[in-house]
Order: sequence, then structure tokens, then C-alpha cells
Amino acid sequence: MDIIKKASAGTLESSDVYVEIEPGQGIQLELESVVEQQFGDSIRALVQEVLAEYGVENARLHIADRGALDCVIRARVETAVARGKGE
Amino acid sequence: MNNKVVSSLREAIELSGLKSGMTVSFHHHLRNGDFVLNMVMAEIAQMGIRDLTVNASSLFDIHAPLLQHIENHVVTKIQTDYMSGVIGKAVSRGILETPVEFRTHGGRPSDIELGRTPIDVAFIAAPASDGMGNCSGKYGKSACGSLGYAYPDAMNAKKVVVITDNLVDYPLLDWSIPETCVDYVVTVDAIGDPHGIVSGTTKITRDPVGLVMADRAAQVIRHSGLLKDGFSFQTGAGGASLAAAKFLKDIMLKENIHGSFGSGGITGYMVDMLNEGCFQSLMDVQCFDLKAVESIRTNPRHQEISASHYASPSARSAVVDSLDVVILGATEVDTDFNVNVHTDSNGYIMGGSGGHSDTAAGAKLSMIIAPLFRARLPIVTDRVNCISTPGRDIDVLVTQAGIAVNPKDTELRQRLIDAGLPIVDIHELKELAERTTGAPAHIAKGDRVVANVIYRDGTLLDTIRSVPTK
Amino acid sequence: MRRSMLFIPGNTPNLLINGAYLGADALIFDLEDAVSPDEKDSARNLVRNTMKYMDLRRCEVIVRINSIDTDYWKKDLDAIMPQKPALIMLPKSGCAQDILTADAYMTEVEERLGWEKNTVRLMPLIETALGVENAFAIASASSRVAAIFLGAEDLTADLRCKRTKGGNEIAYARSRMVVAARAANVDVYDTPFTDVNDDEGIRVDAEYAKSLGFTGKASISPRHVGVINEVFSPSQKDIDYAYEVMEAIRLAHEQGRGAIALHGKMIDAPIVARAQQTIAMAEEMGVGKVVDHE
Repeated sequence: MDIIKKASAGTLESSDVYVEIEPGQGIQLELESVVEQQFGDSIRALVQEVLAEYGVENARLHIADRGALDCVIRARVETAVARGKGE
Repeated sequence: MNNKVVSSLREAIELSGLKSGMTVSFHHHLRNGDFVLNMVMAEIAQMGIRDLTVNASSLFDIHAPLLQHIENHVVTKIQTDYMSGVIGKAVSRGILETPVEFRTHGGRPSDIELGRTPIDVAFIAAPASDGMGNCSGKYGKSACGSLGYAYPDAMNAKKVVVITDNLVDYPLLDWSIPETCVDYVVTVDAIGDPHGIVSGTTKITRDPVGLVMADRAAQVIRHSGLLKDGFSFQTGAGGASLAAAKFLKDIMLKENIHGSFGSGGITGYMVDMLNEGCFQSLMDVQCFDLKAVESIRTNPRHQEISASHYASPSARSAVVDSLDVVILGATEVDTDFNVNVHTDSNGYIMGGSGGHSDTAAGAKLSMIIAPLFRARLPIVTDRVNCISTPGRDIDVLVTQAGIAVNPKDTELRQRLIDAGLPIVDIHELKELAERTTGAPAHIAKGDRVVANVIYRDGTLLDTIRSVPTK
Repeated sequence: MRRSMLFIPGNTPNLLINGAYLGADALIFDLEDAVSPDEKDSARNLVRNTMKYMDLRRCEVIVRINSIDTDYWKKDLDAIMPQKPALIMLPKSGCAQDILTADAYMTEVEERLGWEKNTVRLMPLIETALGVENAFAIASASSRVAAIFLGAEDLTADLRCKRTKGGNEIAYARSRMVVAARAANVDVYDTPFTDVNDDEGIRVDAEYAKSLGFTGKASISPRHVGVINEVFSPSQKDIDYAYEVMEAIRLAHEQGRGAIALHGKMIDAPIVARAQQTIAMAEEMGVGKVVDHE
């Protein structure tokens, strides 16, 4: 099942990440991170992995990362996906 | 001579004989509220003088117009002890052809006095001055308290211009810098914005991790063997450091310990410690908040000291030489205990030594408080991006996950273990942090040297490279 | 060993990932009062992932789920139970039936996971007048109950009195809770002291709770954890005595004696049980036998 509506999860506080998701064609991922140089690629890979796990093939995401750990990024993406699916 | 007041800033600059290629200097007591550096440099630029060296004890974001003067070659060299983010970023991107010279708060006055960094004209912002140039930071609408960092400039520059927004009748009472070294006095509407000069109140952290670290730091001091009558102490104005000072105060009061002095940049928390009997006196080179300014004005036991008296390595002695304990911050610490306070995680300049390496060298116990990681970046690394203070001068690193003691301090380490404090190897802290955050990829470094970090004794400690622009 | 429990709001990453460094024996990840209704899903995922992926060191994890009169509690258990929390804290527990309701669903989840019943234990949070009056019934409602917990903030609202630092208004509830818990043979934990800046008050409050028989105490401030741990730790004297008791027993067994006396006092089963408990705690705290008295 795909993303049927625009949804978001998370905050812009330190150690958190704000994830916005909306219907799209294929996966379009826009990432802005305070640790882009050190972790940008690994964050993008993680987000793709979570989307695949939840069967999301079409979505636009805008992600603003404030230095969140992987387990936090995962949780926020999961929540945004569930909300975007209308669950 | 009736007095030294001249009609305008321009006249003072003309009279001073300032010419292209010379060096001008400024102090940073007005911090991010300072108007003086900008107004002087604007006037100089208009006069067509170029190729100047600016020697400023620190530079803040409010001094961003300086970047324009650099682009226009009015300024071609910078000497400073600290540089905040806006100017730091431009320097890191290579705005200056000549590398910035970073010194320490002790190294700067030392090099000025030894003639290594001669100053042609010093411009001294003064919250109060009389017509002959007796001046002070303690009085007036722009009061900043101590004028400690302005002393070496006033005493050694070839010409000295005092700039004030509070001209008082001769003689100013309780002056800090005497008329004997002042050439001209200029009056202006405002030397600064009071809100940027001092904070209303500095506050201790409410972050639980910060409080845990502060509590540990206080326990380390308690069990170091140094906390007894005659104890001396310095701490920075960061939230966790202030919390540590507060917890330390509670311990000193409870155990009835009468210390000797508190020093450095002074906050209301240090004033409380003085007033409640923890110290005999405060040795104040810089006030951080209104409470400190009020105290230095009214309490004779709260003493103003010059930058040389504070930390100069070539003085016959300096306050830092008598320090027992100093609490310091860090953006990075490496497994050899080297500390970086110059650059941020992406390699941009956003700070400087200030009194970091001076106090670390002088104090018997130099302690760094830093979290295990900050926004996913581990604090402990294999090698810091810039050595601001060498590891040989750092004794302890306090994190929320444990306390690392420099292997050279075997006795201290045993004392802390005996006290039941959680002592860990610094390599373990690095591994623990990386297990939590993941290992960060290395940041890209440019080829150009944009700054030289000069240790307090005048030797080159490290260089800072440019940050490549994508 | 659960001397101190620290509440951590369930939707705050910075506190969740640092909770294990704050010195508490147990962390209570809160999905209830600390989380607004429109963030329940978000907090649930965050707490689940924190438990799944973070190294929480020696900290036990307790999760406060939402109460059984909400739409959230089953989803909370679905997400959290697979991560094996030490305890589930069930808020607004008012009677034995509340426990049986939660217990039935927890058993269902355990069956789904292929786990033994009671793999995850329950700690009812008693925070109403009805709950206090039913404390023993609640504590003994199911073998899943491992402890009961007093929540004084909601209780005082229900009692229509003011919560004070001295705590006279909850004196009865505290005693009643301890008696009920001990009668049901479960642990009992005291309500947080809420003035986070009162360093002396927390000590007085914790010592009082310990003197009544509480097993440990919760906190909403990391600043209080150290004092709580100190107050609820056995003293060196207690530890030394415990070792003496165990040594006396060993000697008596060796010599084939039945009745055992130490310092002229008979050692019976409860004394031995307590000595074993004390030694277990001392070992966990890393405090050993310090001196040989003889």
C-alpha cells in the first residue's frame, strides 16, 4: 500500500529528525542534516531500507535531521509512513 | 593641555599617524554588543588606509563588517584569541591570503609586551573615561566590568585612543587604565549595545546529561585532594560548567572549606561563591553577566586583573600559575587528551583558545566536561581536527558515561577509583560513543592553511586548513 | 536491584538515548502522561526502537503504557512486549478486574510470541482512592504482578487535597500500599518527590519511604537518583552483618547443628532471606565484604 496523504513525524529538536512524506512517483528523498558530511549517505541508505521494509515504492520525503541516531530516524520514518498510509 | 578630547574619531585617527601597513588593536569586553571595532574600521576604510593588521583579543559575529574590509584589502591580517562562527566560516573558506594568527589570552599580552606583535594604534572602548583618558569598564550605560584584556594594548601601543560614551569630570574615580598611557579621547553616542555586552543572567543547564556531568565533575574535585582551605578555582560560562560550580559551592559550604580565589571570566555563580565565603577574592579579567559587573563595582574583594596578570607565560608569575582546578569545555578530545576548541565538526573555525591552554598549563587539575556525543558526533576521536590545548596539560575528561584520567596522573586516578567514581579508559569512551552513533565518515579538508595556532610560549602548535567549498 | 526508577518522556529522543547514563537502576519510558494524544503512535515507535537498538547498559526498562480505558493500551503492548521490558506499568489500576483485563491481553501477546506466560511482569500504578482501598486485591490479583507503585499526584487530586512536601496527605496511602504489597509478597515503589531543586527534601522523603518499608522510589529528575540509590542501598554495616550470617550458617551446617545463633540472637529463615538479598544487592553494587571483623 502506498502513501495516500501528506504526513509528518518528529521534531526539529537536537537529536531528533523531522520527516515529511507525501504521495510521489518513485522515491524522491531530500535530506538536510547537521551531520551530512559524516553520516549523510548512511542516513539515506537507512531511510530507503525502512521504506522498502514497509513496502513504500512511491513517495516524496523531506527530512530535516538534527543529529538523530539511527533508531530515532527509523522510528520517525516508520511513524510518518504509517500516518501517510492513513493507518 | 586642557584635555585630550578630540572632536571626532577621524581626527583621532589622523592625529595617531595611522598609515597603511600598520597594526590596530581592540579588546573584546563589549563582546557581541561592541560597536567600536566596526566604527573605527569604517572610518579607517573611508580614509583610504589599507593593508592593516587587526589585533583583537576576540572577534564576535557583530564584527561581520570586518569581512568587507578584508575583501577590500583594508585588512589583510588578523591576530586574535577567539573568533565566533560568522567570521570563522569566512576565514575557513579562505577570505584572507595570510593565515590568521591565533594566540591565547596569556600569549597575546606576552607577545605584545615582548615586542613580537607591536601595536601602532590601540582603540580602547571605555564605558567611562575622563578627559585625560583615565578610564574604567565599571560605570556607565555600557558597563562591562573588568577591562583586563585592554591593559597590554594600553601599556604598549605606540598611540592609544580611548573611545567612550560616558565622559565624566576629571578625575574619574576608581579608574582601571591610567591617563599616563592615553593619547586621545573620543566621545561617541554609544560604544555598544548593553544586551550584547553582558548577559542578564547566565543560567546553569537544565539538560539532565549536563547535570549528571556537572555532578561528577564536582565529585572529581572533591576527591582530588585539592579541595581544602586555600583552594582556587576557575570555570567557563557554559551551562554544565556553571552547574559544576554550583554543586562545588554546595560541597564547600557543607564541608566548611574556605578557598583562596576564583579567577577568569566571572559569572554570577562565582560572585555567589565569593559572597557565601567560598573564596577570599575573585581575580577578574572579564565579566560575563550583570551580577559580576555589579560585584566588581561594589566589592573590593572582587579584583580586576590585566590579561598579563591573568595568564601571561612571560610574566614573573600569573594567576593561572596558582590555580588548583579549572573546568574547561571542548568540541573534540582525542585519545591523547589533546583538545580542540577552534573548529567545529565540519572543520569551520568557530572559537579559539581564549584562556583554555593558559589555565590548563597552570592549573594542578585541568578538567574537560563534554558529553559522549553531541548531535550524533562522538566527542572523543583518534586525533582532533585542531590541537588547541596539548593533551599533556589535560588531566581528566568527564562525560556522562564515565571519567577518563590521563595515564600520566596515576595518583589522581587511584584517588578517584578509591572514591568509587566511574573511571574508564579514554579509548573505551571512544568505542562506546561510536557503538551508539556509528563511526562518522572523515570530513574533507582543503589544501590551504587559513590559521596558525600559536601556543602560549610562542611556538606553533597546529595549523587549521581551509574547508573546501562544494 | 531496583532502588531508583527514573521517568523518561516517551517522545523525547535526547532523553531516551541518554537515559542509561543518568544513574538510575531502572528507567520508566512513559507513553502515558508525558505524551500528547496525537503523538502516541510516534512515541510508541520511538520507545520500541530505543529498546530494540540502543545499548541501555545495566538499566532495566519499565514501560508505562496507557490505561485500559483508552484506545492505546493494546497497541502499546503489541509494540513494547516483543522488546521484553522488565515490567509493564499499568496506570489507573483501580481494582483486581483491571489487572485481570491487562493480564489476559498480555497472555495473548505472549502466546503470539511463543513465550511462557508471565515472561513480562506487571506493576500496577495505584493512583486513585479506589486503588488504594483495593491495594491488596490488586497486588494479589495475578501471579503476573511483581510490584505495586504509588502515584501521589493523581491520588491527591482524587482525594481533593493538596500535595505537600511533607506528604501527610499520603501517609495513609503509603502505609496501606506497603502492607498490601508485603501481604501479597510483591515489591512496592514510592511516588516521585516533585521539587527537583530541593536537594535536602528528596533525602528526607526517600528516607521516610525506606523507613515505611518501600523497596525503592521513582524520580522525575536525574538529580534525585543519586540520593535515592544511596538511601535504598544497604549500609556497610548491613552488608558485613549479612556476610556474618551466611558464614554462621555455613559453620553450623559443617558442624551438623540445627539451631544457629549469632551474637546471642537466633538466626531464623527471614533473617537468612534478608541476608541473601543484601549480599545480592551489595554484589550488584560492586561493594564487597570490606573487613574481616575478627
